[in-house]
Amino acid sequence: MTYREAARAAIRKALREDPRVFLMGEDVGGYGGAFAVSLGLLEEFGPERIRDAPLSESAFVGAGIGAALGGMRPIVEIMTVNFSMLAMDQILNNAATLRHMSGGQFNVPLVVRVATGGGRQMAAQHSHSLEGWYAHIPGIKVLTPATAADAYGMLLAALHEPDPVFIFEHATLYPLEGEVDEAAQLIDIVHASVTRKGKDVTLITYGGTLGKTMQAADRLAQEGIEAEVIDLRSLRPLDTPTILASVAKTHRAIVVDEGWRTGSFSAEISAQIVENAFDDLDAPVARVCSAEVPMPYAKHLETAALPKVEEIVSAAREMISRHD
Amino acid sequence: MSATTLSQRPPVDREHALFLLREMLRIRRFEEKAAEMYSLQKIHGFLHLYIGEEATGVGAMQAFSPEDAIVATYREHGHALARGIPARVLMAEMFGKVTGCSRGHGGSMHFFDASRRFYGGYAIVGGGLPIAVGLALAEKMQGGSRITGCYFGDGAVAEGEFHESLNLAALWKLPVVFLCENNLYAMGTALARHQAQTDISRKAGAYGLGSSAVDGMDVLAVEAAAKQAAQSVRSGNGPFLLELKTYRFRAHSMADPDLYRTKAEIEEWKKRDPIPLFQSRLREWGFLADSDLDRIEAEIAAEIDEAVRFAEESAPEPIEDLLKDVEGPVTT
Amino acid sequence: MTEFVMPQLGADMSAGKLLGWRKNVGESVRRGDIIADVETDKADIEIEVFTSGVIEKILVQPGEKVPVGTVLAIIRQEGEAAKAEAPLAPKAVPSEAAPAKPVAPVLPPRPAVTPSEPGRVHASPVAKKLAAELGIDLASLAGTGPGGRITLEDVQKAAQARAPQPAPTPELDRRARMRQAIAAAMARSKREIPHYYLSTAIDMSRVMAWLTQENLKRSVEDRLVYGVLLVKAVALALHDVPELNSVWSAGKAVQLTDIHVGAAISLRGGGLIAPALHNTDRQSLDELMKNFRDLVQRARAGSLRSSELSDPTITVTSLGEQGVEAVFGIIYPPQVALVGFGKITERPWSSGGQIVSRPVLTATLSGDHRVTDGHRGGLFLAAIDRILQEPEKL
Repeated sequence: MTYREAARAAIRKALREDPRVFLMGEDVGGYGGAFAVSLGLLEEFGPERIRDAPLSESAFVGAGIGAALGGMRPIVEIMTVNFSMLAMDQILNNAATLRHMSGGQFNVPLVVRVATGGGRQMAAQHSHSLEGWYAHIPGIKVLTPATAADAYGMLLAALHEPDPVFIFEHATLYPLEGEVDEAAQLIDIVHASVTRKGKDVTLITYGGTLGKTMQAADRLAQEGIEAEVIDLRSLRPLDTPTILASVAKTHRAIVVDEGWRTGSFSAEISAQIVENAFDDLDAPVARVCSAEVPMPYAKHLETAALPKVEEIVSAAREMISRHD
Repeated sequence: MSATTLSQRPPVDREHALFLLREMLRIRRFEEKAAEMYSLQKIHGFLHLYIGEEATGVGAMQAFSPEDAIVATYREHGHALARGIPARVLMAEMFGKVTGCSRGHGGSMHFFDASRRFYGGYAIVGGGLPIAVGLALAEKMQGGSRITGCYFGDGAVAEGEFHESLNLAALWKLPVVFLCENNLYAMGTALARHQAQTDISRKAGAYGLGSSAVDGMDVLAVEAAAKQAAQSVRSGNGPFLLELKTYRFRAHSMADPDLYRTKAEIEEWKKRDPIPLFQSRLREWGFLADSDLDRIEAEIAAEIDEAVRFAEESAPEPIEDLLKDVEGPVTT
Repeated sequence: MTEFVMPQLGADMSAGKLLGWRKNVGESVRRGDIIADVETDKADIEIEVFTSGVIEKILVQPGEKVPVGTVLAIIRQEGEAAKAEAPLAPKAVPSEAAPAKPVAPVLPPRPAVTPSEPGRVHASPVAKKLAAELGIDLASLAGTGPGGRITLEDVQKAAQARAPQPAPTPELDRRARMRQAIAAAMARSKREIPHYYLSTAIDMSRVMAWLTQENLKRSVEDRLVYGVLLVKAVALALHDVPELNSVWSAGKAVQLTDIHVGAAISLRGGGLIAPALHNTDRQSLDELMKNFRDLVQRARAGSLRSSELSDPTITVTSLGEQGVEAVFGIIYPPQVALVGFGKITERPWSSGGQIVSRPVLTATLSGDHRVTDGHRGGLFLAAIDRILQEPEKL
């Protein structure tokens, strides 16, 4: 099934199995979701549980927090990560703080799904990859499913978490096909996965850039360079041991992240490697990120701004080639 | 809603009247002690006092049962006391002790008590409103009959979250009583300097919810209005906005030199101090003798002295537990 | 008695200035009364009293700025007897903000570090760089950094241990140290550099004839010696075979643009030093002569600049005066070549089918086989010969 269908199947399963679960967001009902993830769910579950919200990100995210406090298991959908900025007060000041600020008395079992990323010519207010900002915040979890299986499994696992979980779905992934085991038990959402084994260089990525990174690894293999690919899956918590184990083997690391480079999540990964694997490095950590520009509309400009397979290949080639 | 007048028969029995007086006095004395403890560096950070607004907190709280939910602001000492949270754990919270109602994590602005469904003091103005809407949404979806009371100030009315929340609550007919404690100043900005429409209760009309306004210096009037509002909400009419017109006698916080209003204005409002006002009515009705007042004051003084002693003697949270309440274990 | 203190009036207030008292000693005050005015960084604030009683004593006068917590006045509570003596003076109360004892920072758990493969040397990048420059084997060092990492300091200490130790008398000390430094460098060179040696005989008749003519035009002090011509010829020959003008660094040869010939100078009392004649190929013979004299003088006086010692890109050593026929020198690391010149001797020389007598000099090249080979080395010696046949172009 597709990534989109996988997300829908997970929501449907949760709605069927847990009466506390409901979906709330802009156009999730009659419209079927801006990305058609919730298509058909209104008919099956009705308007109480597939709840169209007004364009009030702060209010419906806050209401999700309140409903979670009140014993429900809300799934809130925010149409794009750029819109989530309108709810940032509720996310940062309430969702992430309540457990600690109340001395452990209250927790917020809230799941927020957010579409993220560029590549669809949606320009500078619908296309950014800001999940790295969320990973900065203690008190929440940040998941980035890159496969249909994770789109399915992560949502179900997130509904069992006691604290807010943010799931960032890269919008170019929705049509992606993949195997999904609907009978599987709850999946692990705290560990990264080694998507491809290799010994020469570690390519670390997540979400929307996993595909490009895998393509780059294929190209490198043709040149005799065996790249190991890590899909982080979760940005917070971050599975540092898996990264370090790989770097200890390859001695080289390249971070591929659709976010901007400056002050970014790729910088965090790079810092983790330098802090913890300093003696294993044979080269400085490299990064392939988006250009430092608001996302342009025109196709050629947008393509130029986003990380490219060729850039990943060159970065690896440059790191490995001899200079004598 | 007009204030009760002397010619009328007492609208309450003596016991309840003395209870209301005692609750207001507890808040007044607690706040005075908090100011003293702040000046002595026992309390730090921000300290926003409720003195002058006791009738709104105490009066409105009477409309809520222990099962209902309460969401408050950063000026929430009065709400917490009126809700029944013991003074000692509130004082300990402000002293930063582990025995505090939030283990010393929150301080003056963030009192919480799960056992009393007191969902906290929120220090981002307007930030508590969507939470209250969500609590009411959960209740409605679960088919329950409990309602949510949400206190906020006139400053919050300028925030988008006020408008978004009123609309959402009305749209979904959620059981929330929005309690706007209008003390005329958003920190130092007078209401007329931040709102074109200063009649706050009228704003509800735009969102299709019921509303009223009441003299917030008259505890009985506040109680009656709040009960009426709560009754409307409990009857399934959707949310209600109740504006409580009040005034704070102290500055915005301990650090505020109060430069934005005149002494004459403050003195004029002090003539309507809800506590002496209510006392004189109780005397008129023959409900209060000097000996009653002395006894009440002595009991409150003892309670507050004990609260300070408790806070003083309590241990701080061990540093080792610093990261303990950031994330919880997965349960089901 | 109750102390009336400078109150805290905001989280950022550490001190306040007393502007004035509204009550005097002996006057009674009631809880909640405003009894003083205080100026803070933000504004003037009215100060209330939290005790009812009589002002017994005032300890701080208007105009004084005191820390928060300082006792401003003593208040005798209602019913309390007046004290005969109030020995209190203003005292600052230590702020509660100061923690009673230092607290250990709470650190997030360190991620489990995967042990890296055995045999991998843990050294910091800068330590690796220096070790390579000095030819120190990192595997022979014990690291003192976290996790046994070899630090810059570890390498520096190893280098010091290898270098001569300070001795009491400066002159002996300097000589001994020099001997030790030479020993270390030469031993390392022989240990690490695979040397090859080439030699060629050069007809010096044109050089000597030209030199005689040139010196006739000069005053005694400006006269040239043939050694300077040899140095210049080496520098120019490097244009033909630039790879000999390299240093070996971090496991590979780095070819240099600037040519700084190090001229070996023997020191009185023993020892040898080869400071740089900077940009040798671009200096005129007169400049070179002047600079060479200066170098010799300063080398023997011990006043060379550190750059002159570290900059040479190739070394020239001339032992003709000692009667040596040919020199097979040891390369001075990290350089990759050394040129040696023996004495000029009259020898039979075949020229145009005739056997003639010519002043002949043997030039040798010691080359680092990691960088060049005999073919390139041969071309280099041939270039020196060719250049010396046209002394007027030097």
